[in-house]
Amino acid sequence: MLHQLSWKVGGQQGEGIESTGEIFATAMNRLGYHLYGYRHFSSRIKGGHTNNKITVRPTQVRSIADDLDILVAFDQETIDVNYKELTASSIILADARFEPASPEGCTAPLFAVPFTEIATELGTSLMKNMVAIGATAALLNLEETVFQSVVEEIFGRKGEEVVAKNIEAIQKGREAIAEQIGDRVGEWALAPADGQRRLFMIGNDAIALGAIAAGSRFMAAYPITPASEIMEYMIKKLPLVGGAVIQTEDEIAAATMAIGANYGGVRSFTASAGPGLSLMVEAIGLSGMTEQPLVIIDTQRGGPSTGLPTKQEQSDLMAMLYGTHGEIPKVVIAPSTMEEAFFDTIQAFNIAEQLQLPVILMTDLQLSLGKQTVAPFDYSKIEIKRGKIVEALEDEESKDYFKRYENTEDGISPRILPGTKGGIHHVTGVEHDETGKPSEATGNRRTQMDKRMRKLNYLQFDTPIYVNAPHEEADVLLVGFNSTRGAIEEVQETLNAEGIKTNHAHVRLLFPFPAEEMAKLADKAKKIIVVENNSTGQLANIMKMNIGVHAKTTNVLKYDGTPFLPRELTNLVKEKI
Amino acid sequence: MATFKDFRNAVKPNWCPGCGDFSVQAAIQRAAANVGYEPHELAVISGIGCSGRISGYINSYGFHGIHGRALPIAQGLKMANKDLKVIASGGDGDGFAIGMGHTIHAIRRNIDITYIVMDNQIYGLTKGQTSPRSAAGFVTKSTPGGAIEPSLKPLEVALTSGATFVAQGFSTDIKELTALIEAGLNHKGFSFINVFSPCVTYNKVNTYDWFKENLTKLSDVEGYDHTDRSLAMQTVMEKEGLVTGIIYHNQETTSYQEKVTGYSELPLTDIDISLSEEQFDQLVKEFM
Ligand SMILES: Cc1ncc(C[n+]2csc(CCOP(=O)(O)OP(=O)(O)O)c2C)c(N)n1
Ligand code: SF4
Ligand SMILES: [Mg+2]
Repeated sequence: MLHQLSWKVGGQQGEGIESTGEIFATAMNRLGYHLYGYRHFSSRIKGGHTNNKITVRPTQVRSIADDLDILVAFDQETIDVNYKELTASSIILADARFEPASPEGCTAPLFAVPFTEIATELGTSLMKNMVAIGATAALLNLEETVFQSVVEEIFGRKGEEVVAKNIEAIQKGREAIAEQIGDRVGEWALAPADGQRRLFMIGNDAIALGAIAAGSRFMAAYPITPASEIMEYMIKKLPLVGGAVIQTEDEIAAATMAIGANYGGVRSFTASAGPGLSLMVEAIGLSGMTEQPLVIIDTQRGGPSTGLPTKQEQSDLMAMLYGTHGEIPKVVIAPSTMEEAFFDTIQAFNIAEQLQLPVILMTDLQLSLGKQTVAPFDYSKIEIKRGKIVEALEDEESKDYFKRYENTEDGISPRILPGTKGGIHHVTGVEHDETGKPSEATGNRRTQMDKRMRKLNYLQFDTPIYVNAPHEEADVLLVGFNSTRGAIEEVQETLNAEGIKTNHAHVRLLFPFPAEEMAKLADKAKKIIVVENNSTGQLANIMKMNIGVHAKTTNVLKYDGTPFLPRELTNLVKEKI
Repeated sequence: MATFKDFRNAVKPNWCPGCGDFSVQAAIQRAAANVGYEPHELAVISGIGCSGRISGYINSYGFHGIHGRALPIAQGLKMANKDLKVIASGGDGDGFAIGMGHTIHAIRRNIDITYIVMDNQIYGLTKGQTSPRSAAGFVTKSTPGGAIEPSLKPLEVALTSGATFVAQGFSTDIKELTALIEAGLNHKGFSFINVFSPCVTYNKVNTYDWFKENLTKLSDVEGYDHTDRSLAMQTVMEKEGLVTGIIYHNQETTSYQEKVTGYSELPLTDIDISLSEEQFDQLVKEFM
């Protein structure tokens, strides 16, 4: 019985690789297994190698595994590109149609199964995916009934016959491989799962769901990988709660439209990736200067310019922290799990309104698109906090402008929404006085600048750093942000088991940087290793800037477009110790 | 009922004496009162430029944003609160250079707001460079040898972009301009109003006198029918854009907001934004 199964399906883009993975994973989820997925895809629609790697465990799974147990191949390229992840105890299931060959040095046995042929005999070659799932099922000793509910959901609309055919395809796939491997059927069976229901979603789903739960009812966005799913989800679901999405002409329009809607009093946001964020930079400054709430989701991908648009990277950090001219207060959040992505999105909307400033929630491609299981979110923990909104004024007839930028102790001024009687005031990106009237007076400038910046002192953020620091005196402190969390956790376990005292700090609030807390963690460690998917060590530089730990800080960097794998990262970290 | 005086505030405009923008300000104030708005029901969103300052000179809610982006801010605001009356405004550089993309798409999108451009064929605030509206040969600081590019034709662009309301006014004729803005405010959809608003400081060619000599009032053109789009296009081309009046008006149009599926009847600002546990469970179930 296996305690972890690493499964991958690959082929040409556009031939249903995605849905094959999806069906397999959904069925495993329904049995109560924990899953963590990774999609490799190219920046083109049809053609080009794509694969979907899924790690399955009866217990929590935090990252993709280094190795593969089962590789399902729909073309030779899949074998050639991925065989290095296979071991002698792995197996390749390949479509007989392309006469698969085992590359030199590949120790895993290869079985050619007539996926396409069986599917064609059943009526359509499209069902080859089902045959492949059937073959997988045999290795795992799973009955085809396990797939019944998933197949019904996908094909139910097409009628009972189609459902039955697909189930039959799974069954035929099982039989076909069983004939070839005989008593090895069930060799890859997993230890039983707990049968608990979990959500199976990508980070973008968690964020979009979070936005709806947070009460966001307007979104403006421009499509881009890997952010589009957020907009697409909102387009599907916002109409159910009365809201709307506008697909704008560009990201400048998206960000400024969201500012306009927030000014109107509706929680609004936009989502994009590097190139779009670059276009939004002036609008971020406008939000900061005019104290209009704004939530921006940045799903980082490989930069610069168009860079590696479909690959993992964490290189927008400096741009998000500093990418606007002048000085504004802003908050930058980086969730690292599905649950954080959901609740942090809600926090982002709360903070944006409470402090009246731009909040950027950063993810990375692996967090945004990697599909994972997560325990259902606790509804009772959803809290909407709108800050100082003045609903109505006592003196509605007042002719004086409302002090929208009143110099209060916490720097947060009462906010009044357009349309409110007696609340007329001016909003401008030009330096202004308490009523919003342009003013260049030196004293006023200082007052208003200090007022805006002071708001950050009143930021309340749950858990700015996720900490797992069992050692008072550690050999190493591993630091990361966003999706590297799982891989780092696995490394930490391995190192601790080997006697290297390892602590872990995952930064969730990047700006304002939780310097005090990080300094304490840094003090406890002989060495700090910052793990990042970029080439210049941006987070390490932020650490140095804020807590000055130059001498003992070093980097592990990866910027080839792929996420860290646990064993790979363990080795890289060991090299630095 | 508010009068135009209620739309005045205590702020003294920093425009040069004689600037065309004063009349646009007055026309907006009159039109707003004439159509029956109260000051707090109106929001004026403006861009950056001499003209962009207008949002601070009208007693209404006002938002002076960034260069070229008055339209997206205004559209976002209208989406948030459809009960608000929203005017976007700015200069020719603001709307036809840096913000041209938004102008075309706002026209196509047809959200129910009014866009007023103060077209002085020059960049006033930055002290006299060429604008997309400057005629070929126009000499400015940035075109010492005369502008090479032909001037942009906003009316033709609007008509080909699917505009449902297009008008053009002239600062001197406040009466006509007020009527045009009123018609724009009453239009159910996106109304685009270009206004010749002379810059007395930097544009010594397109002066008040020059416009008086060259402009034709459409009300004086026999047989002009502003519901006929081809006629509008033909007339605008023949007169090289030098006309005032309602150029095109499609009264049958449906605004963007009326077409959005599921969009709340109540303004979004007024709806309860919390999800019930049942609604939440419904959404979450899809991921199981
Ligand atoms: C992004 C950006 N680029 C440039 C400027 C400088 N700028 C301010 S107003 C303006 C042009 C003003 O011309 P127009 O829009 O015609 O307004 P006018 O002053 O003529 O009323 C420019 C270039 C700016 N504020 N922002
Ligand atoms: S520079 Fe021209 S546009 Fe600007 S205020 Fe003076 S006259 Fe008006
Ligand atoms: Mg101008």
